Amino acid sequence: MITYEFLQNYWWFIIALLGGILVFMLFVQGGQSMLHSLSKTEDEKALVLNALGRRWGLTFTTLVVFGGAFFASFPLFYATSFGGAYWVWMLILFSFVVQAVSFEFEGMPNNFLGQKTYHRFLLFNGVVGTFVLGVAVATFFTGSEFTINKVALVNLLGESNVMSGWDNSLHGLEALGNLRNWTLGLAVFFLARTQASLFFVNRLDHKVLQERSRKFTLYNAIPFLVFFLTFLIWTLLSEGYAVNPDTKEVFMEPYKYLNNLIEMPIILILLLAGVVSVLWGIFATVFKKSYSKGIWFSGAGTIVVVTMLFLLAGYNNTAFYPSYTNLQSSLTVQNASSSKITLEAMAIVSLLVPFVIAYIFYAWKALEGKRLSLKDVQEEGGY
Amino acid sequence: MDLLLNATVNWSRAQFALTAGYHWIFVPITLGLAIIMSVMETMYVKTGDEKWKKTAKFWQLIFGINFAIGVATGIILEFQFGTNWSNYSLFVGDIFGAPLAIEGIVAFFLESTFITIMFFGWNRVSKKMHLASTWLVTLGASLSAYWILVANAWMQYPVGMEFNPETMRNEMVDFWAIVKSPVAINKFFHTVTSSWGVGAAFVTSISMWYLLKKRHVDFALRSILIASVFGFTAFLLVALTGDGSAYEVTQKQPMKLAAMEGLYEGKEGAGLVAIGLLDPKKEKYNDDVDPYIFKIEIPKLLSLMGYRNANAFVPGIKDVVDGGYTLPDGTTALSFHEKKEKGLVAHQALADFQKAKSEGRETDAANYEKVIRENYNYFGYGFLEKEEDMIPDVPLTFYAFHTMVMVGGYFLLFFAVVWYLHRKKKLESMKWLHHVGIWSFALAVLASQLGWVVAEVGRQPWTIQDILPVQAAASAVPAANVKTTFFMFAFLFSILLIAEIMIMVRQIKKGPEE
Repeated sequence: MITYEFLQNYWWFIIALLGGILVFMLFVQGGQSMLHSLSKTEDEKALVLNALGRRWGLTFTTLVVFGGAFFASFPLFYATSFGGAYWVWMLILFSFVVQAVSFEFEGMPNNFLGQKTYHRFLLFNGVVGTFVLGVAVATFFTGSEFTINKVALVNLLGESNVMSGWDNSLHGLEALGNLRNWTLGLAVFFLARTQASLFFVNRLDHKVLQERSRKFTLYNAIPFLVFFLTFLIWTLLSEGYAVNPDTKEVFMEPYKYLNNLIEMPIILILLLAGVVSVLWGIFATVFKKSYSKGIWFSGAGTIVVVTMLFLLAGYNNTAFYPSYTNLQSSLTVQNASSSKITLEAMAIVSLLVPFVIAYIFYAWKALEGKRLSLKDVQEEGGY
Repeated sequence: MDLLLNATVNWSRAQFALTAGYHWIFVPITLGLAIIMSVMETMYVKTGDEKWKKTAKFWQLIFGINFAIGVATGIILEFQFGTNWSNYSLFVGDIFGAPLAIEGIVAFFLESTFITIMFFGWNRVSKKMHLASTWLVTLGASLSAYWILVANAWMQYPVGMEFNPETMRNEMVDFWAIVKSPVAINKFFHTVTSSWGVGAAFVTSISMWYLLKKRHVDFALRSILIASVFGFTAFLLVALTGDGSAYEVTQKQPMKLAAMEGLYEGKEGAGLVAIGLLDPKKEKYNDDVDPYIFKIEIPKLLSLMGYRNANAFVPGIKDVVDGGYTLPDGTTALSFHEKKEKGLVAHQALADFQKAKSEGRETDAANYEKVIRENYNYFGYGFLEKEEDMIPDVPLTFYAFHTMVMVGGYFLLFFAVVWYLHRKKKLESMKWLHHVGIWSFALAVLASQLGWVVAEVGRQPWTIQDILPVQAAASAVPAANVKTTFFMFAFLFSILLIAEIMIMVRQIKKGPEE
């Protein structure tokens, strides 16, 4: 029989997986952030834009589904984080709003703002979207400042009846004051650029851009590794937000995330395997001149690593969205999830996901049996 | 409630209205144009006539421009439930989040995957595969509309749920009751068919411009043929589904219906106002001022539409506030004060329940829970202060409703005339009709926007009917912050709208490929 606890953990896994896929798909943003540095001529720019422009919709959709799934399965997180860390999410959303029109509008005549403005929009989304998302995810480990008081809804004294309140006036921007959050933000930013470089090596039928992308893979992979390892090691050696399984009390535990890894060896193994896969994708592309399949290893590795990081934050009696101003307000997989019936209904819907992945794969194969060249762009029309 | 939070609520409402209003400029065009371009491509695949391909490709280009800005304005709506309405999200996220997630899984991926093939696949996939992709984009857009309307309908008519005082939220108990809610089904068909009408008006408008300029005449006539048949059918369906919507509103949201009709005093055998002018001197719901300066009424039609009985009693605003009339289930309607009292009893019982639980007094908690359940249907009234709080903006709802209905009637006639003249091959020479056709599109957009004004303004003050008013639903974000994001989005969306119009005008002037 499927228990409530199983469904809660299942949905945390789905959220983790969606987070992993989203971070992988951020290669589109990574590519946008190096539109000007990677492509030197107008033709090169057109090719880069077209390669990314045929993918942006999926990244966008993944973000929307990630948000929707989080809302459905962990509504308390949705209410607390989005309604509290207002500026963090608004910044992310704003950057995605301007991205959504930019690919379509930038090359169109009479586009009002001029092509350069749309390219700046893409740059903004590429830099801010990735970095701030990374910072937001880092707070799953470092904590935020909020207090939940559900009974406030019927506060009969006439005061505010908001159930989840943010404990400072910066509304999320205070996360930028934490160096550890910066390290994950920068890691996601450089990872997105690394993945974009690998994607160009794989997809473009253009020698100069391919070679340049190989170099860019290395240039971005080094800072990515530095920032990612800094974040990982720092987190593993820090205190973490543990939950007493009997009393549900949240308390600080030294080396909590390291302990989680040790106590959940499957996650440890998969995390390491994911890191190795990412590294293989990067190094094989950089050092083997004819190798172009790095994006698949790096992409799969990214999905696995990010998924495992989310699991590390939520499984094994850990508060996945902790509050350091009010420890007992911290959100756990158990206290923040939807009811059993909702999780069940959503679990049935989630069975459609393999079908969705299958038709996405089919459509990709049908559309892109071969690499994208300038000739294709000119013949088929594009951005 | 303190003033600061009041300002936050007002700015949050303004922001939601702004972003939804912008989004809804583009969505109906997408929904309508999707079907039209799919039909055109089907004609191409069936006949092999290259002119149909050219026609379909042109409208797909226009679709793409419109789709992009629709996506851009849409993302903020989903996340706004969290950023600006956190109490709402916490209180009903267990139910409300599911349709949004399902929308993403079953609709957005379908659209975003196959739209790429539609745009870039002409030389890469077979004709049939391309056609299938175009129809799948159309299906995705319609599925997306369905799920978001399920979510919206649930706010207007909350079903399939139960309040859990322990978690302080409403929880889903019957998924299918939510998905198959009659309000949702009606809302979906009414919204989608009206969007088809907007799409048809859009295609007709641009095609009429070509006829006026005597350019791309064959293309324009082909487009008008499809659009006029489609538009006429769409508006017939709009009328049918509108009747269904009116019935549902009467049953579930009597205050909204009363506001739509400017009906203050209820009566048996109530007529439907065809045209009317409200008297601005009417300031209170219970003063003696006649609400109308003048009105032309169709006798008994409101009773007939609302209750399927020409002599049925339709409650007015005063009746809904003061209660005392007999409800369809035979019980007597409660007054505002009685409902408020019950709402406050539920509030107090909930606070007591939480206290008893925290102190381990399980028997007391069970008793409080019973009180909550007995009074929960009026929970939202406990947040309201006075009678006027439960009355929406009557003039806005009334004029929005009647203008929408009149424009709908106009389009039924318009498309019938255009279709007829197309068959008689007289369309090319009728310059006056070209002008009418060009400008009619603005009317279609107006009517579509007004439809949402009726739906959303008319249900105020509720985010969830009778359960949670807007005052209790917002996030604790200072008003200045929300004001800032309001102006950010107002500025950005306005700029993007200008850009979209300029791009579209240029593409239209350029016309389809020769």
